[in-house]
Amino acid sequence: GKNEYDLLVIGGGSGGLACAKEAAQFGRKVAVLDYVEPSPRGTTWGLGGTCVNVGCIPKKLMHQAALLGSALKDAQHYGWNISQPVHHTWSVMAQGVQNYVKSLNWGHRVQLQDKKVKYFNIKGSFSDPHTIRGLTKAGKETVVTADNIVIATGGRPKYPMHIAGALEYGITSDDLFWLKESPGKTLPSFILYVSLECAGVLTGIGLDTTVMMRSIPLRGFDQASHISKKKQICFTTQQQMASLVTEHMESYGTKFLKRCSPTKVEKLKSNRLQVTWKNADLNTEETDSFDTVMWAVGRVPDTKSLNLERVGVKTNSETGKIIVDASEATSVPHIYAVGDITEGRPELTPVAITAGKLLAQRLFGHSSELMDYDNVPTTVFTPLEYGCVGLSEEAAVQCHGSDNIEVYHAYYKPLEFTVAERDATQCYVKMVCLRERQQRILGLHFIGPNAGEVIQGFALGIKCGATYPQLMKTVGIHPTCAEEVTKLRITKRSGLDATVTGC
Amino acid sequence: QAHKEEDNPQKTMEVNGLTPVPDSYDYDLIVIGGGSGGLAAAKEAAKYEKKVMVLDFVTPTPQGSSWGLGGTCVNVGCIPKKLMHQAALLGQALQDSRKFGWQFTEEVKHNWMTMTESVQNYIGSLNWGYRVTLRDTKVTYENAYGEFVGPHTIKATNKKGIEKLYTAERFIIATGERPRYLGIPGDREYCISSDDLFSLPYCPGKTLVVGASYVALECAGFLAGLGLDVTVMVRSILLRGFDQDMANKIGEYMKEHGVNFIREFVPIKVEQVEEGTPGILKVTAKSTTGDQIIEGEYNTVLLAIGRDPCTRKIGLDKVGVTINEKTGKIPVNDEEQTNVPHIYAIGDILQGKLELTPVAIQAGKLLVRRLYAGATTKCDYVNVPTTVFTPLEYGACGYSEETAVEKFGEENIEVYHSHFWPLEWTVPSRDNNKCYAKIICNIQDNERVIGFHVLGPNAGEVTQGFAAAIKCGLTKEQLDSTIGIHPVCAEV
Repeated sequence: GKNEYDLLVIGGGSGGLACAKEAAQFGRKVAVLDYVEPSPRGTTWGLGGTCVNVGCIPKKLMHQAALLGSALKDAQHYGWNISQPVHHTWSVMAQGVQNYVKSLNWGHRVQLQDKKVKYFNIKGSFSDPHTIRGLTKAGKETVVTADNIVIATGGRPKYPMHIAGALEYGITSDDLFWLKESPGKTLPSFILYVSLECAGVLTGIGLDTTVMMRSIPLRGFDQASHISKKKQICFTTQQQMASLVTEHMESYGTKFLKRCSPTKVEKLKSNRLQVTWKNADLNTEETDSFDTVMWAVGRVPDTKSLNLERVGVKTNSETGKIIVDASEATSVPHIYAVGDITEGRPELTPVAITAGKLLAQRLFGHSSELMDYDNVPTTVFTPLEYGCVGLSEEAAVQCHGSDNIEVYHAYYKPLEFTVAERDATQCYVKMVCLRERQQRILGLHFIGPNAGEVIQGFALGIKCGATYPQLMKTVGIHPTCAEEVTKLRITKRSGLDATVTGC
Repeated sequence: QAHKEEDNPQKTMEVNGLTPVPDSYDYDLIVIGGGSGGLAAAKEAAKYEKKVMVLDFVTPTPQGSSWGLGGTCVNVGCIPKKLMHQAALLGQALQDSRKFGWQFTEEVKHNWMTMTESVQNYIGSLNWGYRVTLRDTKVTYENAYGEFVGPHTIKATNKKGIEKLYTAERFIIATGERPRYLGIPGDREYCISSDDLFSLPYCPGKTLVVGASYVALECAGFLAGLGLDVTVMVRSILLRGFDQDMANKIGEYMKEHGVNFIREFVPIKVEQVEEGTPGILKVTAKSTTGDQIIEGEYNTVLLAIGRDPCTRKIGLDKVGVTINEKTGKIPVNDEEQTNVPHIYAIGDILQGKLELTPVAIQAGKLLVRRLYAGATTKCDYVNVPTTVFTPLEYGACGYSEETAVEKFGEENIEVYHSHFWPLEWTVPSRDNNKCYAKIICNIQDNERVIGFHVLGPNAGEVTQGFAAAIKCGLTKEQLDSTIGIHPVCAEV
């Protein structure tokens, strides 16, 4: 045809690369554009997108570093003689992580080459529905045309611009994982999973960390977008999983400044940062100094420089995200979008990857399979991990009414915590089911070690329409934490003590 | 006299030659064996206000080891095993942690006594917990050896040799098993078993593990992980009954991580070279394929060649309960009933059933509910998941590859597989092609997943959910359409 490529993907992240590689499998001519606008601090990275460079991968590796810190403490109880004190060196960890990430960048480039996908390291924008114009880092202009275009540019961390000094002096997750030196005494601000995960890591490696939260934790995990009239029940239960996670972090050593909002950040002569905030409960203004202030106040879709208005791709005026239908099509024919940039989809790597692959299969592989966005499992990698799949308790109540759902729950103690004398107060599992005859499972929530490993298999079960009786027929594996799911018997409704005792 | 006899129906029956039936038994239910199955059944029965007694007694090992209430799992099985496995994993974690930025002295040594004391303290708390629970639920507990002396009568002998008789309407036998000995010179005098290992009051030192069962491999695995010199002597194959492809991978991994294997040899005698704790033992072994004889010296010889049911000395012959003469196991119907209607059996002693704690617990609870609560649900022994806690853990549910081929035919099954590299292993540069997962699908039944196998960290946690999904009839298509959690091992 008159266009150079069958498919052009803008954005070389999880969704973009998956889509491009899948399309190439069908023998199509595919090109990928990837470009990283340096962060305000100047941080930049290679091919692979958020997950690989400044998301899931470095996050989980640093989370592992923190967990190993706990393991070192446990080890003494198990007979290992480790001389005190034990310290952590940020630069050793950072180098290990950064080297691995760079190997992934390299791996992606090799893969694209192997699959004959053309890669451009340019920043592109639309000049017409089939044409992208871009500039390389050196300033050279390139024009690329394609029959189909997929936008997968993801998101970038938001800065709270209304706070004086936020931009000049604060960093975000974009910078944290690439710091060459320790961030020292850190204040990650506001509560989203990113904030809690980072705070957990920093505390775990021995840094003085404070989390400032304006209102409720893990707001992003409230699956019901409107709280129902049964506010009292909803409010207490909505907090439940999030509170358990933050309670654990508090006992772990992370400081929380609740109901506080920063008003300004200033630099001191010592090069430290002075943060001033308003405490809504005490109605006072407080201040303290930190080495680093990290903002984790949300992410914004990276669409500004794309010139979407020029070609008529509609976005949500509030969020800036691209509006797509069930087949990932935008308002403009032949232009699609996948991943974090799309409105109303879970912002998760595996979701973007699957959506990207299925899209390529529909475009070039004669498939009609649409992406199923229901029952997507996920995990928050806080010091005590939280994994979940399906509906939250409040969403279930909202959808079905509290009389029609049954919530089974239990507080358990991982065997490995016993000898290590670790506090298991927040280790908890709850399952939300329909009450009617089949007792289909609507949602499963688990707080404990290896939450992701535990939840994955149950997510499969839920995809198969698992019911409570089926789960009860499943014999547990002993001794594990996951077996506690198969032993759930106590309901919230009964009011009985849900603490698991004995074998 | 006739008048008197009329007043006494029991006497009448005796006179007429019928067995006297007591007006009431001492108990509704007597459970022989206070392990996973026995305690679960007893506690459940107490819920229905039944008068229950539990008899539990531990015959000391040849080395003199003994333990409290709770059975094998709690005292000399799953619990101490997993804790010591954790100690070994932590040793590995220490090494990894250096690559993640943690700094401490180069030399890190393990202290066996510190670990064993902590483990034994925890077990002690569980023993205590069970005694309290039985007391709270009004279950009578006696630390005595129970054996049948009549159809409804048990003789209980305590440590001091005092005998008491008890009668019950029904009985549940849940006596479990004990490790087998080789029957060679020196085995009982000098060798230990898993019954002794977890409370050994000294570090075992250079150890020879005889056997290729999961017990042998798990023990060898954690001993090596704690820094000990370990050799495993295997008669033929590893992990008989498990998927052999996976069994070999487990063995390979252990070999590469410092465990020595002597294949196709069996010990023929064990002699003491030096006394001590530990001392030095000389083991002589013969090849199974020829005449070759080898010798070796070790501080400790651990026998893990199998377990035998405790069914031969509990008077089963007196009450007519059939056992498999060769194996000692008790055949039961699908309601755990023996050939004698009022006598039931659960747990490791059952013929043809899995020797796992959760199975025994499930069977015990459901049995009691059928007996006393009018329930009809039977224990579901199909697709029971399990995990072997070797250094590289192995979780499985459903058919092994060879059993699937045998049952369905090679052309009717599809095996999907993949190696994977746990993210946490990247930075410390640990093996990048050892972790492995495979699923076996039945092509003729909608590509239904009939077998799941995973080799990697936290295999138990990973496998549990898949077992639930398999119970729901998981197909390959449903598996493919489920989104993964990233980044975790289970998403593979």
